[in-house]
Amino acid sequence: MRRPIRSFTVLLLVLAFVLAACQGAQPTPTSAPAAQPSPTPAAAASPTPAAQPTPQAQVTKPTDPIGVLEIKPGEPIVLAWMLTVSGGTAQLGEDSKRGIEIAIEDLGGELLGHKIELVGEDSGCNPEGGQAAATRLAANPRIVAIIGSSCSSEARVGAPIIDQAGLVMVSPSNTAPDLTDPAKHVEGYLRVAHNDKVQGRVAAEFVVNKLGLKRVATIHDGSLYAEQLANVFAENVQKLGGTVVAQEAVSPEDTDMRPVLTRIATQQPELIYYPIFNPAGSYITLQAKEISGLENVKLMSADGLLEPQTVQNAGQAAVGLYLSGPDLTVLGPKYQEFVQKYQQKYGTKPVAGFHAHAYDATMMIVEAIKKVAVQAPDGTLYIPRKALRDALYQTKNFPGLTGNLTCDQYGDCADPKIAVYEVFSTDTTGWPDSAIRKIYP
Amino acid sequence: MTIAAPRRFTGGRRIDISQLIVWAIGGILLAIVLLGSILTLRAGHYTAAQWRDFVVFGIAQGAIYALIALGYTMVYGVLRMINFAHGEVFMSGAMTTFFLADYLNRSGFLKAHPWISLVAMLLFSGLVSMTVAVLVERIAYRPLRGAPRLVPLITAVGASFFLQYTFRGLFGSGVRAYPAIPVLQGKLWVFQKTQVAVFIGVLITLALLVLFLQRTRAGLAIRAVAEDREAAALMGVDVDRAIVTTFAVGGFMAGIAGVLYALVFVQVQFFMGFLPGIKAFTAAVLGGIGNLPGAAVGGLVLGVIESIGPSLFFDGYGIRAAHQLKDVIAFTILVLILIFRPTGLLGERLGGEERV
Amino acid sequence: MIVRAARRAIFIGLVAGIAGWHLSLVGLIPAFAQRRLVGDTLTFSYALLIALLALAAFATGRRYPGAAQRIPWGVLSALVSSLMLFLLALLVTHLNLRQILLNATPELARVLTFGGGASGAGLVRLLLIGLLAGLFAGGLSALPRPWGRVIVSAALMTLLLGLLRDVLGPLLPRVVTSFLYGTAGLSLAGAVVTFLLATVLFTLRWSLRANAVTARATAAVPATVRQPVIQALLLLILASVPLWAGLFLSNVADFVGFYILMGLGLNLVLGFAGLLDLGYVAFFAVGAYTMAVLTSPEVGQRFTLDFWVALPIAVVTTVLAGLLVGLPVLRMRGDYLAIATLGFGEIVRLLVLSDWLKPYLGGAQGVTRIARPSIASWRIDSPQEFYLLVLISCLFAWFLSVRLRDSRLGRSWFAIREDEHVAQAMGINRVTAKLSAFAIGASFGGLSGALFASLVGSVVPASFSLLVSINVVALLVLGGMGSLPGVVVGALALVGLPELLREFQEYRLLVYGIVLIAMMLFRPAGLLPERIHRRELEEAVEEAREIAPAEIATGRG
Repeated sequence: MRRPIRSFTVLLLVLAFVLAACQGAQPTPTSAPAAQPSPTPAAAASPTPAAQPTPQAQVTKPTDPIGVLEIKPGEPIVLAWMLTVSGGTAQLGEDSKRGIEIAIEDLGGELLGHKIELVGEDSGCNPEGGQAAATRLAANPRIVAIIGSSCSSEARVGAPIIDQAGLVMVSPSNTAPDLTDPAKHVEGYLRVAHNDKVQGRVAAEFVVNKLGLKRVATIHDGSLYAEQLANVFAENVQKLGGTVVAQEAVSPEDTDMRPVLTRIATQQPELIYYPIFNPAGSYITLQAKEISGLENVKLMSADGLLEPQTVQNAGQAAVGLYLSGPDLTVLGPKYQEFVQKYQQKYGTKPVAGFHAHAYDATMMIVEAIKKVAVQAPDGTLYIPRKALRDALYQTKNFPGLTGNLTCDQYGDCADPKIAVYEVFSTDTTGWPDSAIRKIYP
Repeated sequence: MTIAAPRRFTGGRRIDISQLIVWAIGGILLAIVLLGSILTLRAGHYTAAQWRDFVVFGIAQGAIYALIALGYTMVYGVLRMINFAHGEVFMSGAMTTFFLADYLNRSGFLKAHPWISLVAMLLFSGLVSMTVAVLVERIAYRPLRGAPRLVPLITAVGASFFLQYTFRGLFGSGVRAYPAIPVLQGKLWVFQKTQVAVFIGVLITLALLVLFLQRTRAGLAIRAVAEDREAAALMGVDVDRAIVTTFAVGGFMAGIAGVLYALVFVQVQFFMGFLPGIKAFTAAVLGGIGNLPGAAVGGLVLGVIESIGPSLFFDGYGIRAAHQLKDVIAFTILVLILIFRPTGLLGERLGGEERV
Repeated sequence: MIVRAARRAIFIGLVAGIAGWHLSLVGLIPAFAQRRLVGDTLTFSYALLIALLALAAFATGRRYPGAAQRIPWGVLSALVSSLMLFLLALLVTHLNLRQILLNATPELARVLTFGGGASGAGLVRLLLIGLLAGLFAGGLSALPRPWGRVIVSAALMTLLLGLLRDVLGPLLPRVVTSFLYGTAGLSLAGAVVTFLLATVLFTLRWSLRANAVTARATAAVPATVRQPVIQALLLLILASVPLWAGLFLSNVADFVGFYILMGLGLNLVLGFAGLLDLGYVAFFAVGAYTMAVLTSPEVGQRFTLDFWVALPIAVVTTVLAGLLVGLPVLRMRGDYLAIATLGFGEIVRLLVLSDWLKPYLGGAQGVTRIARPSIASWRIDSPQEFYLLVLISCLFAWFLSVRLRDSRLGRSWFAIREDEHVAQAMGINRVTAKLSAFAIGASFGGLSGALFASLVGSVVPASFSLLVSINVVALLVLGGMGSLPGVVVGALALVGLPELLREFQEYRLLVYGIVLIAMMLFRPAGLLPERIHRRELEEAVEEAREIAPAEIATGRG
């Protein structure tokens, strides 16, 4: 379908609808055919166009500038995930996927009389994987909405593809500021994870104010997440009066970090901040203390390494490592309940930091679907896509596990609570409590 | 099967423009490197101790390359084929031995008898890798021995994928961490003990290998086949057997390299063989492919250049995150060696001088 | 005699059994236990297991002349394989191997025994299925000539149709879809109808080919008339793809097109001139990045050119890159050339990845917001529209390839491929010939890269890994080196098929590896070999077969 033609047809349809169905009634707001991906703030776009049909036309399909999904009786409502479930970052995505599965279970596997079907694509935590997964999902016309992606790099290339296909995605764990930057944000993208502007600031405050360290070095691995978080951290450290003595980069496949650490050692930092993923993260943890000049350096990473593998792989070297990430200790009883369900279902405590976020993302989408879906008397369900997006952007004070979610016009919905944890033991059998403890704030 | 030296046909002594351009490019690169080094040394960011550390790390990494490169070089010397699956042979030993190491660690045997455990791990890994290498030869290479060069190259790539994803399927895609071996913790002068172990490992295997090739009948057969396969067959050498022995020995060394790798780098996963495999091949070419001491030297040189190069060459220019460029340096060296000295640092040997 | 036959049957059965162990333990069999192909019972896993048993029986049976020997020995092989599978089921039920082998679950035992479990019932069930599969395969090979092949092809067709439900379903009219397909895979009635239709189709095809009358009929129409008609028809079908293929299929078609372009380009270098380039991805990357830098507002702010301006610049840049790569490697041959070009490919990828060049090339995050082409007010935007652009490029490259092949330059490439020294002695200028091969070959890759960048809208270094180079070489080899139709077939098989079967992506590269090895073992000249090449390869392989026993004999003598 060529887009100009399609939007033209849609326009015609809308006009016909207006003329035929509601003579003299209040005219349905025909929104501009704004199907192009534009960074226009969604809130400014027309409010739920034609989502609530006029009473006379209840059976008629609603119209929508980017299309209406039709779900026949007996057909499922398809939700999709786009997460990293393989490779070194598999735990991150697996954890989020479980959050989605629990959410669907909590709904009884059903929504508005239709079964919920969950499909998904592995996005591999790199841009290429995000591109491939997004293309594949975008081509599936049955999908209502997507929960994903895991890593920010995936979303940077994946989100525009999803957006262009008229779909909408809500990420449980993308944290790079870029993604919701007013100049770069695409309309089909929202997230419930914190923006790293917050995480980087908290980490910097912890380092400078709490630990009293002034000289820091950063390492990123070329991923969008790591690069931006390292930069935000560096900026904030400088703002608080510290100095950034080195900014280095490694590649995710590197195994020998000693040369790069030696380079850093020449600048005598007091702390090395490396917000990257496993296994590269563990290599740094393992090798840093071997370097002459770095024997007493403090190590700090972020939510990318907030998983048991970090401790398992680095063993004794991980003790004393600081990790920032979502603060799960301040969450209410609802979260504790969720953890119990998780444990029952999967036989382990949550293995990474973004299960609750995924749960919230799913519930937020479900809430929005409930708001905009139109049920025909024969049981057919119509979900207007643009209206679904708008409904998501209008989320306000949504009571989630991770706090009260309110979306802004650029798709940031999180209620960010960041904590810094310290690894105190190599025992990961009772992760997280047996190995890490919260020390800030 | 060239009969005479190819140069005689390249248009006599006349130097064509293309060669001039190539030499000019080489010269420019050399100038960049020299200038960068001078600038870096003048700036004086690094202490002598740090330069020494770079060399030490480079040797440790290079020793691993060297061990893998030995297998590459042997197979190339005998069969004239690039065994792309060799990196995966290395991985298979390291991955499988993880479970033995884990078991030994849990049962407490590792703490009680660290040396016995270590030897057991090395042998086990060697045997696993040897089996894999022999199977690959039997299934993917032997039936194609007479085919054009490209054909076994493709099967080698196929075997490489097959092994990678078989191990991923069997053991999962996660990263596994070897237990620490108590006697190998801590430092010996400026070296980590594990690095010393790797270095000694390389020396011992190299010595054994040279002895094997020079002093045993099987070694003699391998050398004969490397020299001229058809003539060897006519002289009564069992060519198939010599080739299998080559693969077995090369595989065994890859297995040992796998465990030594795990001692230094601790984490193993299914994809770990790919990059070291390519690097090891670079090392083999660097030292002169088909030449055993050459492979060892090539590995060490490559390791040291990778470790020291980014800082030495690029720091002076103030290039950001220079360490990212270490592989660029490695591959540039590979290309330059192939252009300007295709026989490598120590020249080609093991088999004949003839190179097609 | 009988002992030897039995030993052979048992050996093949054991090998098939080990293959079954492998497929089970790497997870292929348990992972698709729920993937229904036909009706409610025949899942993908079951189909795979049955195929394995039948294959064992067939491989054993084909060595014997008559049904009287084929069937019993085939059945023996299948039964041995069944026993091996049962043994695995027993092992995974009674030993806890999960700590090491991820897929050794009790669930696996259930799947392996076709739902019977590792008990007497499971054993009986497995043996029964082994017996049936053996009888079927043995009987099939005993049928008169075309029938066995027809039935196997029809069965495969049916399974493929079941497998492609999600792809084909939306394309077909609703009535057909709802008849053919159930909730997952083919419905029982749909399967029967498909199978019958396919049987008729294949029989028809076979008889048409065998039938002398039709042969004469086609001969009556002169080739000068027949060929353009066939070509026009083919073109019409190709051009109509966007009309009937959905978004997804068009997208796949586009990617196949990119690989066809690259394949045609590498074909000039490797297929025609015989220069093995393992770093072909470098040209793809240069094309893509030139397009990105010139049109995206994110890097190099000074240029935000139009697509149509940037496209020729991208192609010219790649030609220069081709010359730059070609110059230093002029004197290299064989493996050394392969390795040097591999090095070039990696250097390009690492440079675009680096932080150092980030301000110009985007670093690890790549470049997004790359321009899409537009003609007047028509913006070529969707994969369907893009397909036409890709198709035109491919046709152009094809045309150029054909012209080059039949030109003076083409002949000098062939001469260099056959023997460089002789070619030089005959007065062929090696430098010009080789450089032009690199440059023209590179330009196809650059065109492909530029189109790729524009369609996807973003370039990231990870898209330009060594795997792309290997893929292009492999598709050439698979299709048949130097053969132009072979490039298309290779691209369809190595790029198109895996895209369509993305649900198997975890096992994609595993199967890819198996296919590469199997192809080289059983059909080294490729699927659609070029004539000269086929002859050479076959001679070489024959020669090897003749030498090998001789070597063993002399070795023992």
